[in-house]
Amino acid sequence: MDHTFHLPNSGHNFDAKSSKLGMWLFLYTELLLFGGLFLVYMVYRELNSEAFLLASFKLNVWMGTFNTVLLITSSMTIAMSITALQKGNKKLSVNLMWLTIIAALGFLVVKYFEWGAKFEHGLVPGMEHYDTLPMGERLYFYLYFFMTGLHGLHVIIGAIFILFVIRGVNKGTVTPERYSLSENAGLYWHLVDLVWIYLFPLFYLIH
Amino acid sequence: MTVDALPYTDFYKAKKGIWSWLFTLDHKRIALLYLYAIISFFLVGATLGILMRLELFQPGKDIIEPQTYNQIFTLHGVIMIFLFIIPSIPAIFGNFLLPLILGTDDVAFPKLNLLSFYLYVLGALFALSTLIFGDGPADTGWTFYAPYSVKTGTNVTMSVLAAFILGFSSILTGLNFIVTIHRLRTPGMGFNQMPLFSWALYATSWIQVLATPVIGITLLMIVAERVFGIGLFDPSIGGDPILYQHLFWIYSHPAVYIMALPAMGVVSEIIPTFAQRTIFGYKAIAYSSMAIAFIGYFVWGHHMFTSGMSGPAAIIFSILTFLVAIPTSIKVFNWLATLYKGSIVIDTPLLYALAFIFNFLIGGLTGLLLGALAADVHVHDTYFVVGHFHYVMFGGTGFAFFGALHYWFPKIWGRMYNKKVANTAFAIFLIGFNILYFPMLILGIMGMPRRYYDYLPEFTSLNQISTVGSWITVTGIILMLINLIVAARKGEKAPDNPWNGITLEWQTKSPPPLENFDKMPQIPEGGPYNFPNAYKHKH
Repeated sequence: MDHTFHLPNSGHNFDAKSSKLGMWLFLYTELLLFGGLFLVYMVYRELNSEAFLLASFKLNVWMGTFNTVLLITSSMTIAMSITALQKGNKKLSVNLMWLTIIAALGFLVVKYFEWGAKFEHGLVPGMEHYDTLPMGERLYFYLYFFMTGLHGLHVIIGAIFILFVIRGVNKGTVTPERYSLSENAGLYWHLVDLVWIYLFPLFYLIH
Repeated sequence: MTVDALPYTDFYKAKKGIWSWLFTLDHKRIALLYLYAIISFFLVGATLGILMRLELFQPGKDIIEPQTYNQIFTLHGVIMIFLFIIPSIPAIFGNFLLPLILGTDDVAFPKLNLLSFYLYVLGALFALSTLIFGDGPADTGWTFYAPYSVKTGTNVTMSVLAAFILGFSSILTGLNFIVTIHRLRTPGMGFNQMPLFSWALYATSWIQVLATPVIGITLLMIVAERVFGIGLFDPSIGGDPILYQHLFWIYSHPAVYIMALPAMGVVSEIIPTFAQRTIFGYKAIAYSSMAIAFIGYFVWGHHMFTSGMSGPAAIIFSILTFLVAIPTSIKVFNWLATLYKGSIVIDTPLLYALAFIFNFLIGGLTGLLLGALAADVHVHDTYFVVGHFHYVMFGGTGFAFFGALHYWFPKIWGRMYNKKVANTAFAIFLIGFNILYFPMLILGIMGMPRRYYDYLPEFTSLNQISTVGSWITVTGIILMLINLIVAARKGEKAPDNPWNGITLEWQTKSPPPLENFDKMPQIPEGGPYNFPNAYKHKH
């Protein structure tokens, strides 16, 4: 009996296309996760358009804009880091990934101050002032915290994902020939960016 | 087929010790871990069902309090749906057989596969923890309808989190299977040369990936609503309970096809093997799986005809519901056409497949009655609905599940069960099942509401028939399981290909070696079910 036989199509082989396909499928699930929330937002915006408008004035558009610029820039740096890795420039790639992580942290710091201001003004569900708000505004702030909170969680997960890629590059498991992990982290980071691109106008801009 | 006398190491003996099971990356071992867990939960769920039937033996209180009854039917639903039916065929037989029928050695992401299993275990622990912690298991029904699910004092939060975690397990399994089917088919096997079971799993996996996240986020909203006391679905703070129902059924209706499609895939494997004849309408069956998955997305509203919905919306949902019947009946006609002029061998798996068709027909046709607007208004939330979905889920998927167990048993354990006992158990099971559920259809038409603890005296006799049916059913199931357990330990050695099957899993040893194949599997020429010549069984 030939015990050295190996199937060419083994599930234990490394296959870049598989991991990329898997990542795309995972991103679909993420889109649908947020999709459910967007649906709820749409329904309640339709039912309470006045209140949503009034509530949206209580957000700080400048902080939101700053964060948007930050995330878009970080999407660029992560894309550049993948290209740098593919072209063999590991050091530049790692540096660009660190830049992305710094942008992520910056985003979270700004978010912290934004949320902090809401806490000061008692706009957080469960606080006394919140309970005196009209129904529509309460729904608005509930959705605001739920959606930006879930998004913030994704920023953290995305940053940790990128940290793993940095470790992989340093350890030599992610290389210019075998870069699918870095590509997947990039895809995930773009999703985080993309979701924010929708959240920003929905909460801050639409009048 | 001759039994290969050469010694080899099967996957049971390839590695030893408890850790080699708990941390295994082998799809076959993971499938068996799922099998033991899922069968255990099935037995727990069935016990709860028996308890409910006992309580309903006569009007008034028999053995349990009304509140306990509410909690029992909720737990029965949660266990049977999230812990048994949804994972049953994909996680057990999909895991064990998908790599084998595609001619590969594992799924695309073996580690993710193990993670799915542990998420399943974690979700199960959450679901069962409600028995011990908090104020008892949820009493909302498995649908967790708001605002009651937000207000009840029972432990809804844990049940809902359980469903959320189990959803993740289901998503990751689906993702794994899609990538496996795309990337790991044996060289030369195109999509249209795949066995139909993999087509069914493919369609199922897409639903798992694309529908489950919606319930995930919805359930998180319920948790937030309970934990932080703020609400999207509670009308007293501006929320909309109908919106919850929409979001819930956007997942949970497609989930019905997560339960049904793999069962149809199993039947599509069993029938050609036992007719020893190529499948009739291969492409029609394959593509109808995809069509069911696709249309299944757009029919969720038929659960809400009486909840408050605009007339045009209700009509559209009703029409779309009727459309699902088309690909479903395409399958049934093709199965029957496959049997026609086949060299039929009546063996236990075929009996289960035929019972599937019989039960599913009743379940499907009563479903059409429920999909029709005018009729639904009368039988909505009656025992008719309970009868209908047990015919589809238990009579359909449940029978296909046990059919799959009997069909692939010799491949999984390398031993054969006692066919006479298996056939007897099948007969008892089928008869008991119909005695158990057919009266429910009549009770529903008569107007007995579902989920009620008590009923009017005129419903007594039918309820008693149904309860007696539950005893017969459980006798059949216990006999079947004992027969299989005995066979797995002491049954006679089965040949590699006892049914003269032609799909790739029958080309390897029983049980398979760790790497599944020790030489390249050969794809049958001219299609996956192209039997070279009719074959006579030796018994």
